[in-house]
Amino acid sequence: MAKEKLNLLESTCVPLPVENVDTDQIIPARFLSSTSREGFGDNLFRDWRFDHEGRPLEGFILNNKKYSGKILVAGKNFGCGSSREHAVWAVYDYGFRVVISSFFADIFRNNALNNGLLPLILPEHEVQNLMTLVTAAPETTVKINVMERKIEIPSSGKSFTFEINPYKQECLIYGLDDIDYLINMRGRISDFEKKRGGLR
Amino acid sequence: MNQKTLFDKIWDAHRVHSIDDGPDVLYIDRHYIHEVTSPQAFRGLEERGITVFRPSLTLATADHNTPTIDQHLPIKEELSRIQVDKLKENCSRHGIELFGLGHNNNGIVHVIGPELGYTRPGMTIVCGDSHTSTHGAFGTVAFGIGTSEVEMVLATQCILQTRPKTMRITVDGALGKAVTSKDIIMHIIALLSTGGATGYFVEYSGPAIMALSMESRMTICNMSIEMGARGGLIAPDETTFSYLKNTKYYSVNSEFENDLKKWKDLITDSGASFDKEITISAESVRPMISYGTNPGMAVAIESSIPETEGMNNHDEENYVKALSYMGFRPGMKLEGHPVDYVFLGSCTNGRIEDFRAFASVVKGRKKADNVTALLVPGSKLVEEQVKKEGLLRILHDAGFELRQPGCSSCLAMNEDKIPAGRYAVSTSNRNFEGRQGPGARTLLASPLTAAASAVTGRITDPRTL
Repeated sequence: MAKEKLNLLESTCVPLPVENVDTDQIIPARFLSSTSREGFGDNLFRDWRFDHEGRPLEGFILNNKKYSGKILVAGKNFGCGSSREHAVWAVYDYGFRVVISSFFADIFRNNALNNGLLPLILPEHEVQNLMTLVTAAPETTVKINVMERKIEIPSSGKSFTFEINPYKQECLIYGLDDIDYLINMRGRISDFEKKRGGLR
Repeated sequence: MNQKTLFDKIWDAHRVHSIDDGPDVLYIDRHYIHEVTSPQAFRGLEERGITVFRPSLTLATADHNTPTIDQHLPIKEELSRIQVDKLKENCSRHGIELFGLGHNNNGIVHVIGPELGYTRPGMTIVCGDSHTSTHGAFGTVAFGIGTSEVEMVLATQCILQTRPKTMRITVDGALGKAVTSKDIIMHIIALLSTGGATGYFVEYSGPAIMALSMESRMTICNMSIEMGARGGLIAPDETTFSYLKNTKYYSVNSEFENDLKKWKDLITDSGASFDKEITISAESVRPMISYGTNPGMAVAIESSIPETEGMNNHDEENYVKALSYMGFRPGMKLEGHPVDYVFLGSCTNGRIEDFRAFASVVKGRKKADNVTALLVPGSKLVEEQVKKEGLLRILHDAGFELRQPGCSSCLAMNEDKIPAGRYAVSTSNRNFEGRQGPGARTLLASPLTAAASAVTGRITDPRTL
């Protein structure tokens, strides 16, 4: 099934200078008891964002009106821990389309790409520079071009290229789905099974 | 020539196709599912109007949000009940075998798969749960996946996956007294940090690993994900084969001798090379305990919490913030710190061997009055075995109760939550903020350390009892 496409994006950023953000912080387990993919954004970073009575906690970045946008800039090893795809659904449902970090946990990165959320990797010092810049100047916009694998910060005149698997790049740009790709391979998969002597 | 690692042998035997400049199409031999990460995948199939491609290769259980008392009654929490009902409905509609709540084979997915003989050497195994790495103890390529990938496997028995790099961790020598496999893996994670193995698939080897029982090997592979590894595996040997021979699967299936022949080649060739190699000595491993908010933040139990010297401002800020969540300070001694809760269980340490270890410490002693203990078997079979071996009697005499199987306090999706601010010595796998309940403070440790702390009411080195 087609997903939302992502090629060109220009947006302000939300800085989250925390390392090893685990998926229990992104979406605590007690909010996983849903059978649909929608609505998880309300509980994104729940225990950092709200107190136990549901009142917004002033110090947390998502509650600071100065910061908004479709790009989250995060510390290294973002999305470690549990495999829950609910974490990606929460980040996406809240409105983010790109997360920038110096590295991502493997399962989170796969889950993100399967949902049209771009996990964009930059060298650690560049993530830190961007973090400092957008924290001080929340109006800073960042331009991302998936086709050209380019990220540009017009106000500082900086631009970088980022790595992305060409197959996944195409999936993002055209909103393609791995499941459709695999379903079209069912015949070939059956042949593979026959060759190795049936099901085990 | 062409010397291969065990990981490469298994991966290559399951590669249906390689996309140019893209991931591999990997065939999956065994797919485990549970109530929390599967409903959206089944809904996806329905929206596409397709059925499950190979229903006989998927096995289901209810474990994540299920209660651990009064399992014969309807689940009180409405959303949890809906998820468990939905699993039942999806399995029956698609012809998938389900060991649901109350079934004799029910339990935590990573406990029942191995103990029933569904996990076998050389397989590729996935589940919508990061601790799927557990099954690597049998010489399998096993790893956790997201719900979109669960849908891929249901739809085609395959997933698209980029081949990870390989790492070998060799543990030489022999373990000291009261040092367990939980301590080995916590020692390794503390060494590498919580993201130190990201992008790698790990093979554990060396005399200290091969001397371990299957239960202990599963504990090691289980926590591979806590250093970011895609998975961890151990080459199968006589210990593996004799464990498998006694499982329910081979008690009704006469294929054991035949299968055994296929498993003999499942080793890393002597000339094969890894992208990274690490060697540690088992003698350097002490009983470990975590003090922070990720599994990499752990020390030998007799040590103090590390000081901040040498850290940059940014790291120090993160570090002090984690310690303040825990109510700790740099330089503090952990031994002797009061404990409120003790949790024995989870896919890391909820097996029969863990209950034997716990019982061996509390035998003839009494639970401390200030401690609330949650003892949760990993499965119905473990629960039965605890009773059969007379361990339940020992636990009762020492003032402990046994609960019913499930994931329980490990992720606290059910009612088994640790209250805010309270300290729990936990045999589980994660000490993230709020993991065991909002505000809960988790101290990860082995079943021996948990038992020692349960009887003294304080963090206690099991070697001192």
